[in-house]
Amino acid sequence: MITKESVAHVAELSRLSFSDAELTQYTAQLGEILNMVEQLEEVDTTGVPATTQSIHLHNVMREDVPHNDTKVEDLFKNVPTAKGTLIQVPAIIDKEED
Amino acid sequence: MNFETTIGLEVHVELKTKSKMYSPTPVSYGAAPNTQTNVIDWGFPGVLPSINKGAYSYGIMVALALHADITRDTHFDRKNYFYPDNPKAYQITQSETPLATNGYIEIEVDGKKKRIGIHELHVEEDAGKNQHEDDGYSYVDLNRQGTPLIEIVSEPDIASPEEAYQYLEQLRQIVQFTGASDVKMEEGSMRVDTNLSVAPIGSAKYGTKTEIKNLNSFVHVRDGLAYEQKRQAQLLMAGGTVRQETRRWDVDKKETILMRVKEGADDYRYFPEPDLPPVHVSQAWIDEVAATLPEPPARRRARYVDDWKIPAYDAGVLTNTLEMSDFFEATVAEGADPKLASNWLMGEVSGYLNAEHAELKDVALTPAHLAEMIKLIADGTISSKIAKKVFKEIIVNDTDPKAWVEAKGMVQLSDPAKLTPIIDAVLDANQQSIDDFHSGKDRAVGFLVGKIMQETHGKANPKVVNQILMSELSKR
Amino acid sequence: MADKLTITAMHAALAAKQTSAQALLAAANARIEAKDGKLQAFLTLNPQAQAQAEAVDQAGDFSQPLAGVPVAVKDNIVTKGLTTTAASKILEHFEPIYDATVVEKLNAAGAVTVGKVNLDEFAMGSSTENSAFKVTKNAWDDSRVPGGSSGGSAAAVAAGEVPVALGTDTGGSIRQPAAFNGVIGIKPTYGRVSRWGVIAFASSLDQVGVLSRTVTDAALTLNVIAGHDDKDATTSPEPVPDFTAKIGKSIAGMKIALPAEYLGEGVDPQVAARIQAAADQFRALGATVETVSLPHTKYAVPAYYIIASSEASSNLQRFDGIRYGFRAQDVKNLTDVYVRSRSEGFGPEVKRRIMLGTFSLSAGFYDAYFKKAAQVRTLITRDFEKVFEDYDLIMGPTTPTVAFKIGDKVTDPLTMYMNDILTIPVNLAGLPAASIPAGFVSDMPVGLQLIGKPFEETTIFQAADAFEAANDYLAQLPGGAE
Repeated sequence: MITKESVAHVAELSRLSFSDAELTQYTAQLGEILNMVEQLEEVDTTGVPATTQSIHLHNVMREDVPHNDTKVEDLFKNVPTAKGTLIQVPAIIDKEED
Repeated sequence: MNFETTIGLEVHVELKTKSKMYSPTPVSYGAAPNTQTNVIDWGFPGVLPSINKGAYSYGIMVALALHADITRDTHFDRKNYFYPDNPKAYQITQSETPLATNGYIEIEVDGKKKRIGIHELHVEEDAGKNQHEDDGYSYVDLNRQGTPLIEIVSEPDIASPEEAYQYLEQLRQIVQFTGASDVKMEEGSMRVDTNLSVAPIGSAKYGTKTEIKNLNSFVHVRDGLAYEQKRQAQLLMAGGTVRQETRRWDVDKKETILMRVKEGADDYRYFPEPDLPPVHVSQAWIDEVAATLPEPPARRRARYVDDWKIPAYDAGVLTNTLEMSDFFEATVAEGADPKLASNWLMGEVSGYLNAEHAELKDVALTPAHLAEMIKLIADGTISSKIAKKVFKEIIVNDTDPKAWVEAKGMVQLSDPAKLTPIIDAVLDANQQSIDDFHSGKDRAVGFLVGKIMQETHGKANPKVVNQILMSELSKR
Repeated sequence: MADKLTITAMHAALAAKQTSAQALLAAANARIEAKDGKLQAFLTLNPQAQAQAEAVDQAGDFSQPLAGVPVAVKDNIVTKGLTTTAASKILEHFEPIYDATVVEKLNAAGAVTVGKVNLDEFAMGSSTENSAFKVTKNAWDDSRVPGGSSGGSAAAVAAGEVPVALGTDTGGSIRQPAAFNGVIGIKPTYGRVSRWGVIAFASSLDQVGVLSRTVTDAALTLNVIAGHDDKDATTSPEPVPDFTAKIGKSIAGMKIALPAEYLGEGVDPQVAARIQAAADQFRALGATVETVSLPHTKYAVPAYYIIASSEASSNLQRFDGIRYGFRAQDVKNLTDVYVRSRSEGFGPEVKRRIMLGTFSLSAGFYDAYFKKAAQVRTLITRDFEKVFEDYDLIMGPTTPTVAFKIGDKVTDPLTMYMNDILTIPVNLAGLPAASIPAGFVSDMPVGLQLIGKPFEETTIFQAADAFEAANDYLAQLPGGAE
């Protein structure tokens, strides 16, 4: 049911790359998992709301009061490459979302 | 072949909150890169968002100003995409249950009123900024990351570039009058993306649409749309087809330029944000926001015309910006005659601001000083010639006009008790002129006024002088 | 009780000035030195631990039960200045610049963080074999897995390296390794403990909990870490009770449900027999135990794998090689930074889940996969709600089998996933649940799972304590008789 092409497409969305052999293996494994998932089709969920959180809270909000005690040098401790207080990234050559 | 044009606009407006949408760091401009950020803005492992209630309230305020229906039960969603200025690689937005739906804006083109529908408004967070440099790298500053935004999506009700222009003008004004945003294109607090398609008149289907991005003024929006409208029509007439693509407006070349071709819909994999509980907007909350909603520009215009007899055109100019409208009202509240205040603001004040490329907030002029100056003119304390000098002073320096004209000896002599003896003395010394007057020579009056002015070193109030002179003459 | 390796025992000795935080730390380090070469539970020892212990000794205040007690923290919980990897190459040298709320609370309570313990990469797994760095062994048998993903936490506690460890539980990641190693593991109600600083796997399911050698120790530790946190909007405003409040109280009259589905197909009959024996013990203690049904149980695994993987695919996108973590060598453009850093930085199971999750959310599949799973989640939650109308507690096995052999299932993801069938429904419903030792099958420990109503952890502790008191499994722990 899931093809190698669609697995390759999902890999692209996920920013992952696989060798051809890996792709074949992932296609088989994802296929098996999705077969198992298809059991869900047996369940009648007509009119059943979706649960996306398991705690019943609402309107948990903060007042609009600014606060920041972060040191910028701390933020840069783990940055692979930087220039001053800018994060450096190899050139963006592909046109993506902005 | 004749075509009809369909335009839809997506407008992003930055909200004027003190802190960010999902993080408590300050919203500020011009700070050194990344100094206004914390671990949340950077999407560090383990961080969680929290909702800024003030931002949501601003969103409700804008929605109310646009006559939209507030969604009572809403949740946030994640929009997933990778980009260096998007640190979590998802934007927290509202996809399934937007803040509000079904609003409208009324515009007027060629004297005809038209309602443009607003499909939805939703709250989301802004991205950081990428700076591309020539050294083979780009650089990321996350100060803007997380700034609260509302996105306002129009219905495809807009039929011409001019309508689009009017829609944006009205939208800018309405939002600005709520105080929720500065809505300045040049500063990026208002951003516009357009969609335009053309199709033969009467066609059952919309044509293929193209998007224009990175527009930084309403004029560019209008020009870009006009270009795109023509380009698409010519393409179709030549037997070609329009591709779904994103283009940008090149200001110098005056044409739209291809950025990228869209291959199918983007796959943002939206799903409900698990880290934020849903928001329920109660009637009480809506009422609370509605109570603080400033009067919209249309209602102000009507009031200026009805209550203060300001011409409709002038009322329109005065309500072009919230700043001007507020200044006008404050000046009237300080006791100035509305018509005079309007004349001054539209004339001298606007002239000065244009010449100086300044805004009201940049100059020293206050409503109190302007009102006081107008009163000084109205009660004859200063002449309109002197008033120009006073105006120069009070718009440059924070000077009290009354004290200033007194100190400078610019006050007109208007007191009849003081003027009458002077006038009598001039008359006593010029019997010939009195005779001339009685024999119908009007010139004599001018001569006498000149003499009186000479005696008073030009400070006599001409109106009062005239009155007293006429009455004294009639006695002789 | 002969065991000195409990919070209770250490606290008593500290309060009586018979020992010091530094001495307890030295002893813990000595045990780690002796045992961890084989056990492989620890990823990082805390260089600041000695200073922490000294500070606690200096303050001399041992009124709080955890003051001076050495603890281990699962390595997906961030610790300021102490490398935190989530057992992933992508975070191999990552140094957090802030503490997780639970770590802040442990520090404030005077606990001494000995180090960070191993897990399946990003908590994805049931055997700790998916760690990028080491394979932790079961404390009872080093040819077997310790379970996962909190395998390091469970092994370290069972082997007596530390009396208590923090873990996280997304689909059974505390309870399953607790069962496999014969220790106590409690996953509190979703929202009971802050997730601020917990490296997210599946945000709507993740919860921090405790692994310990006694029920009381688990309750004492939960007392420290529980509570609302302004930094985590999903934490509950419910008042936090004293979790030890019902410990020692009789369970006579308690109504316990035993779901038929939890003893059904796939559950080792010998494991089922231990659970039946436990039911008899509860009856002997005055509780009633009756068979009930949770009809949607078998759909929990597929629903869980869709939901958890979908959330994970989004949560793990931030690991992009730009602001922190691993960046691939010789990358020339942005696509390379992303694709190569992620492909080289993530292990196979993490990639599998990212792929599954991305697929489930992608255009055209969302309704059939993510949404369907979220609806089934509602039905699973309703099953529990129905049972809890009549019962105080649900009991069953924690796992279908005892700990399996290292290498047995790691190449077969589906079989591995089915191992979580008894723990996953609890996460989907957000309920509190514990695993406590319930005897042995083939000389390996069996876990008894106790599931409570939302925010009624005290009832779980009450029953767990009664069961613990009626047995003496603790004395049999590998590190227990010291």
